[in-house]
Amino acid sequence: MTMRSVSTTGPKILEVTDLKTVFGTRDGAVHAVNGVSFHLREGELLGIVGESGSGKSVTMMSLLKLVPMPPAEITSGRVMFSARDLLSLSPGEIRKVRGGEIGFIFQDPMTSLNPVFTVGFQLMEPLRKHMGLSKAEAREKAASLLALVGIPSPADRLDDFPHQFSGGMRQRVMIAIALACDPKLLIADEPTTALDVTIQAQILELVRGLRRELGMSMIWITHDLGVVAGIADRVAVMYGGLIVEHAAVEDLYASPKHPYTHALLQTLPSLDSERAEKLQSISGQPPSLDAEPTTCPFAPRCEFAFERCFRENPAIRSTNGGWAEDRVSHDVACWWDIEKGAPRDDG
Amino acid sequence: MFRYAIRRLLFAIPTLLVISFIIFALLDLAPSDPTAQLPLTIPEEVREMIKLSLGLGEPFHIRYLRWLEQFLVNEPLNLIEQFWGIEIGNSEDRLRVRSWSTRAPVVDLIAARLPQTLSVVGVSYIVAILIAVPIGVISAYKQYSIFDQVGTFISMIGFSVPTFFTGTVMIVIFSVVLGWLPSIYDTTLEVRDYDSFVAQFKQMIMPVMVLGLFNAAQLSRFMRSSMLDNLNQEYVRTARSKGMGEPVVILIHVLRNSMIPVVTVIALGLPTTFAGAIITEQIFRINGVGQLLIGAIEGADIPTVQTVTFIFAVLIVVFNLIADLLYGMLDPRIRYD
Ligand SMILES: Nc1ncnc2c1ncn2[C@@H]1O[C@H](COP(=O)(O)OP(=O)(O)OP(=O)(O)O)[C@@H](O)[C@H]1O
Ligand SMILES: [Mg+2]
Repeated sequence: MTMRSVSTTGPKILEVTDLKTVFGTRDGAVHAVNGVSFHLREGELLGIVGESGSGKSVTMMSLLKLVPMPPAEITSGRVMFSARDLLSLSPGEIRKVRGGEIGFIFQDPMTSLNPVFTVGFQLMEPLRKHMGLSKAEAREKAASLLALVGIPSPADRLDDFPHQFSGGMRQRVMIAIALACDPKLLIADEPTTALDVTIQAQILELVRGLRRELGMSMIWITHDLGVVAGIADRVAVMYGGLIVEHAAVEDLYASPKHPYTHALLQTLPSLDSERAEKLQSISGQPPSLDAEPTTCPFAPRCEFAFERCFRENPAIRSTNGGWAEDRVSHDVACWWDIEKGAPRDDG
Repeated sequence: MFRYAIRRLLFAIPTLLVISFIIFALLDLAPSDPTAQLPLTIPEEVREMIKLSLGLGEPFHIRYLRWLEQFLVNEPLNLIEQFWGIEIGNSEDRLRVRSWSTRAPVVDLIAARLPQTLSVVGVSYIVAILIAVPIGVISAYKQYSIFDQVGTFISMIGFSVPTFFTGTVMIVIFSVVLGWLPSIYDTTLEVRDYDSFVAQFKQMIMPVMVLGLFNAAQLSRFMRSSMLDNLNQEYVRTARSKGMGEPVVILIHVLRNSMIPVVTVIALGLPTTFAGAIITEQIFRINGVGQLLIGAIEGADIPTVQTVTFIFAVLIVVFNLIADLLYGMLDPRIRYD
């Protein structure tokens, strides 16, 4: 498809270990993230997929402490980025990382921009704060950023308000804001979900081009496996606040190991099979998050579930011998081996 | 925007004419006799003559049109003459709306009372805004904190207890028991030096506080809920994700949006506060427009009541327009015409 920069040796730009985030709400605790670990190497694009409520956004926002605290609390974890743990930074230090070193793009461009300030003002804010530019310099840079994301007559549009832009153009503005200070890492939280299909394709094309040009590392959240296939190097599948499967994109599509991934792939419309049958979503309720999972959270909806799944929560482990110089580890958290049609043998 | 303002102003004219007619008609229909207060020894014929001299012999529509002419044409001309010191036409012959009880032009009576009312209402409204905005902002930002809960409790009391009660309690405490503040507002006091300034300040404290806290209670609730609405918006997360500090996020991004409905409420509330000040003026014996109105009602001084009521109506219409225009100025998404 496109260039794959699966790097198994490059320096790690981000390493997240055992991240847990709990919301204390009036109706009790919501365990949104229950021990997520992953890493990202320079120049890679990691896709995160999972159904609504699986904890994708909360995971990413927890990295930069962007979850509202309270009600949220990050109860455990380490987020190593540029040789320091983001979770133990002071508020002032983490603000330098936000927007300065890590850019964020959110789902809904209609509501993500402040309606009462001009696009130029919102774009110049991080430039002035992180890069210490003067007003005139920031304005010039802002115009060049709008040009970079493909907005026509950028200098004139700086004085327009968000409502004067279409949805796709607003998402381009959001991307420009996220890119403003040349971040090392860009996190995009379902950036195309709210857009219609043709605009989606344009934004995807734009991001591909920008990656080629700027060589950034990216995390791309989506619930659309089709989108991930087109742009990601590796994919992590989330369910119930956990990563339940992780693999290189080709491996994941060729041989999904987790029943949930299996089911997700089956919901994708494909050309070579009877469409009508395949276009159904996975039946059953999403897991309740009122406690940390002690059994497999997917078991109640799983067609392969057996007695052990209701007793123990499987840890995520490699199925192909782990990372190697020429190999991406294919990890899964499941007691059942779909290919063998038998329980996974382990200790 | 400008064309919209003009259009709205033109719309206001028929509205106000209808209002003026209703006010005039209602008060005219009310059974009141301007001679009722006179000694019983005055014979009936004299009473009739007095009524005729007040213009009561004319039919209703003539009296209405005459009042309209006096109030809408003659009085503005007088004001213009006074202001620029010029003479337009024959100003001596121009008829004015006169009080039945004092025979003085009503507009002059109002002009004499206006400074007292304006200073108390105006200062109390500014005090209310200065108190309400920060309290609303902090309560919303620290939702459910001790500060927020105490604030909620106090403002609940603030707008459920009427001003005549808080006013009286304050008088009892600060004037009667402690003796710190005067209980009667001296309208004749002129601020000339430091001592008279202190005296003026002291006598304004209680009425301003009573009225100001009452308004602050409502406004702070408004400010709080508007802030809360906006704090949950996604643009707030965007601002934080850009690395903006909390003061910038709250006081620029969120506050600017939250002020849009609050400014409207402030503008709409001002005429209501004027009307509400009638009670406060009674409690503290402030010789203001409110007292004038109350006195006129008691004395069946219909022209004064009509005129003061109509001025309140004008204020409400004008501030409605101002609120609309402010909304358009604060929210770039609103475009008129
Ligand atoms: N402020 C909050 N208070 C309480 N619970 C929350 C809050 N924000 C998120 N959650 C809960 O955390 C869980 C994970 O939510 P999250 O937004 O991460 O899901 P997601 O995978 O991003 O879903 P989507 O695809 O819909 O964006 C959900 O169950 C949600 O209800
Ligand atoms: Mg999400």
